[in-house]
Amino acid sequence: MTVIDNHEAIGSEGAVRLSEATARDFFELLKPRVMSLVVFTALAGMVMAPGHIHPVIGFIAILCIAVGAGASGALNMWYDADIDAVMTRTASRPIPAGKILPGEALAFGLTLSAFSVCILGVVVNWLSAGLLAFTIFFYAVIYTIWLKRSTPQNIVIGGAAGAFPPMIGWAAVTGGVSVESIVLFLITFLWTPPHFWALALFKMRDYGAVGVPMMPNVCGEAVTKTQIVIYAVLTAIIGVVPTALGFASTVYGVFAAVLGLIFIWYSLGVHRMPEGDARMLPAKKLFAFSILYLFAIFSALMIDHLVATLWLAAGKAV
Amino acid sequence: MELLTLTPAQKKSRRGRNIALGVVLFGLVVAFYVVTLVKFSNGMVQ
Repeated sequence: MTVIDNHEAIGSEGAVRLSEATARDFFELLKPRVMSLVVFTALAGMVMAPGHIHPVIGFIAILCIAVGAGASGALNMWYDADIDAVMTRTASRPIPAGKILPGEALAFGLTLSAFSVCILGVVVNWLSAGLLAFTIFFYAVIYTIWLKRSTPQNIVIGGAAGAFPPMIGWAAVTGGVSVESIVLFLITFLWTPPHFWALALFKMRDYGAVGVPMMPNVCGEAVTKTQIVIYAVLTAIIGVVPTALGFASTVYGVFAAVLGLIFIWYSLGVHRMPEGDARMLPAKKLFAFSILYLFAIFSALMIDHLVATLWLAAGKAV
Repeated sequence: MELLTLTPAQKKSRRGRNIALGVVLFGLVVAFYVVTLVKFSNGMVQ
């Protein structure tokens, strides 16, 4: 395959561009780190869901959700190539680095979107495929094209896109949506603002330079810090709701409560951070801990569910 | 007819992309085959 593109030719008319993009560059378009989080939370949704799914079908479901999430990442990189080129965090992405053309990324993203949704629908069920299609649309169109550059509430609403995977995983097993899957959705949804605003605080200049209205640039550091604490408290509360609703054990509830308190403690550290702090160490610590928090909460939910299932099976055997 | 000559870097990247595409296509064939077997066996059980 030699990608020849004469629309982006530099120089005289009729010149062609021969791509030097590697398979790894295309893989980078899928935002692998975000994809790993999506795979993990979708797996949690599948494990937690009542009922049974054949391991092969479950594997295909996870693969489709991962590829769908990756496709929305490619569409995001296609649209945001102009601002990615300016921000230090994103300047080395394949499009601003000149390895992949925006048109190639768009075609790649659209193709993978269509394939992942169709295969999920045919192999698993059409509700989960519909949710995946909505997630891709929400991330690429609602968040990237519309909200990101127009409101400081961009990641609050846009965070829904990253929160759907456990709900898709749940729908893949049960064929429906229930209160439990909505709680799993809310855990990631409420976790997203403190996670991203912590990043936005120490990358404020980057976002400001490209005109993306992130909370710290538009409303100021003080308002952002207060909002971080509010969302951290809400995240901590929703973290223990699985126990309150009876689909997780008390042991999980205690674990989630402790993690939630640590999350709030880190957010209060950010709140106490002096205005204009150059190092922003508390914000960096909160950002790092937020990633650990989400992995720990979903891991705990899965372990708790597996232990409860084994306990039940052992009880029946006796 | 005028021909284009690829540089070693372009050849290497093209080969890499071809291999990746081949692996993906082969994976899809295997996945569809296994899914078909699973769906058929589930149907028989029911």
